[in-house]
Amino acid sequence: MSEQERKVVIPGEIIVEGEYLPGENTEKKDNAIISTRYGLAEIIQGLVRVIPLSGVYSPRVGNIVIGTIKDITLKGWLVDINTPTIAFLNVSEFPRFVNKGSLESFLDIDDIAIFKVIGVNSKGIELTMKGRGLMKIEKGMVFEINYTRVPRVIGREGSMVSLIKQKTGCNITVGQNGLVWVSGEDIEKELKARKMIEYIAENSFISGLTDKVNELFGEKNE
Amino acid sequence: MNYLERKMSEFKRPDGRKVDETRKIIAKVGVVPNADGSAMFAFGKTVAIAAVYGPKNMHPQHEQNPKQGTLRCTYSMNSFSVQDRIRPGPSRRSMEISEITTWALSPVVMLKNFPNTVVDVHINILQADASTRCAGINAASMALAHAGIPMKDLVTSISIGKLDKQLVVDVNKKEEDWEEGEGATDIAMSFTGSGELTHIQLDGHISNEELKTAIELGRATCKKIYEIQKKALKEAVKIEEEEE
Amino acid sequence: MIHTTRVTAERIKQYLKEGKRFDGRKPENYRKIEIEKGISAHAEGSARVKIGKTEVIVGIKMSVGEPYPDSPDKGNLITTAELIPLSSPRIELGPPKFNSIEIGRLVDRMLRESGFIDFKGLCIKEGEKVWTLFVDIYSINDDGNLLDAAAIGAIIALFDTKIPKYDEESDKILYEEPTDEKLPLSKEFPLSITIHKIGDYFIVDPTKEEEDISETRVTIGGYEEIVSSMQKGMEKSLNIEEMLKVLEISKKVNQKLRKEIEKYI
Repeated sequence: MSEQERKVVIPGEIIVEGEYLPGENTEKKDNAIISTRYGLAEIIQGLVRVIPLSGVYSPRVGNIVIGTIKDITLKGWLVDINTPTIAFLNVSEFPRFVNKGSLESFLDIDDIAIFKVIGVNSKGIELTMKGRGLMKIEKGMVFEINYTRVPRVIGREGSMVSLIKQKTGCNITVGQNGLVWVSGEDIEKELKARKMIEYIAENSFISGLTDKVNELFGEKNE
Repeated sequence: MNYLERKMSEFKRPDGRKVDETRKIIAKVGVVPNADGSAMFAFGKTVAIAAVYGPKNMHPQHEQNPKQGTLRCTYSMNSFSVQDRIRPGPSRRSMEISEITTWALSPVVMLKNFPNTVVDVHINILQADASTRCAGINAASMALAHAGIPMKDLVTSISIGKLDKQLVVDVNKKEEDWEEGEGATDIAMSFTGSGELTHIQLDGHISNEELKTAIELGRATCKKIYEIQKKALKEAVKIEEEEE
Repeated sequence: MIHTTRVTAERIKQYLKEGKRFDGRKPENYRKIEIEKGISAHAEGSARVKIGKTEVIVGIKMSVGEPYPDSPDKGNLITTAELIPLSSPRIELGPPKFNSIEIGRLVDRMLRESGFIDFKGLCIKEGEKVWTLFVDIYSINDDGNLLDAAAIGAIIALFDTKIPKYDEESDKILYEEPTDEKLPLSKEFPLSITIHKIGDYFIVDPTKEEEDISETRVTIGGYEEIVSSMQKGMEKSLNIEEMLKVLEISKKVNQKLRKEIEKYI
């Protein structure tokens, strides 16, 4: 395998032999780099890694995620962000002053909001709502895509999501956890944006994706 | 090898297969869209599907392991997968096979980064013509990979039979019920891609020496099946050159 | 699989107000239906039904046993639905939950009450030996409306069934020797149509996203003009006008769906 190429690998498969460094989802065994996950292998400057094609989202500090309020405690909110363990939003991480007795008037059970991950450790996942774009979702629609496709939906430096925003006039937030929020002038526009995003998620690795998306918009605009 | 020397041409298997020939194998991933990963694996008329959900929060809570995630396989047969209808719900047999399957796959799954979680593997036998646990393990191994579970390797399973004095691979129901001569011995076994044995079970009677041959035959056959599993996983992804 | 969120629910209702659904369907249309029969080697009859991404399989097994004392000249019918954890992240391991049981019971009543099966034709020897029909339903993938899919699967699988040879002397069923004999079924078949109410609107064949926010539902089993089984499910009530509307929709949908199913018989 060479530096430019990307190939599908399965767990246990030897990706490359020789002087390479094992990156994400790989292991070094003797002189070989072995994949520990089903995905796309790539080599960048001697570092071998496997980009997963599937799996459960694991949060990282700095990730923007969309989540649902599951429960309210004295100190804050329990939030489902599509991870095996539930995340926590402390009252102090809410952008406004919250009276301890009235948490539910700010965020109630089943409410949905945009958060940022600020802590991941053995005690759990901590979230904040302080920051640009972090807020309770009050309109539009929320749907789910395979979280491994999020980078493709966002595109290089946000190019893909910008294209969809521009074509539909919708506000779009793509959570790293695979939940997407779309909100626009009318439902037709939101659905158009949703269709595009779902298309990209399902066809992430085909060639000329941007052209195909443009083409689809062309047809739909008629 | 021993088993092939033994007048292979004279031995007739009920369905006309060569002694070292499996039935037609079909392997496919993505058969259950709802699942995090899924696969179908068929040895002829034996058809298994497997779906993986997780890692997810482990219920009941007292079964949580704070050191690593838990693999939990559940094997079940459809009521109409065999001639005499099976009553729905778990049986002693299905519970044992569930555990055997978990043991067969545990050595390859890497769940240390997922404490307190469970990875559920649900295996359903749609149609049975013997070797169902082997088909189930093969489907489960593919489904786990398809679900993006970190793994050291795939696992491949096969049944080796001894019909009278003859060793054969991939036993079907007629062969399982073989009565002539020494009757039937059924040996189910599973190997990782690199050749570690993760499961073996035997019913019947066979000499120690011949069992060694049977295990070698099993290993050789699993190598071929592994290639089919690998191909199914690889072909499920359409990958072309990216645009710049 | 996320539960449909409150904002999305609002959008679904707004769109329904215009008579539209997210996937482009009209309120009274089903998704694409794909049917395969004879999918199982060991069942006497079988079918696979896909409605959109929802998939069920149904198998018919037959055995010989004693009739019930109050119907000595009639065969028996046992319908079971198993919603298996394989088919959805929301189905837990363990004994069957109510929705499994309900699907089995609703399909059973549709088959039984419609007169579709001539149970007398399943009698081998009055008072002694009759056929028992087992209709077993399995979910493979749940993307909404398992109920109607299960009912279609049961009908197709019953039409697909060939009665095995029964040797009276040895009291054995020779499963290896299927006859060409079909089940005693009427040519006209019943269907099950489930109508869901979301906000002020009625739809059929919900996706999971829609089913999540269904407030009440009515399942109607029977023919175009005749209702032979019915059940209203879930907590919200309906007023009389709404119930009459449900019956109107059911008639129309039954007619249309029937044409699609007929092709496979």
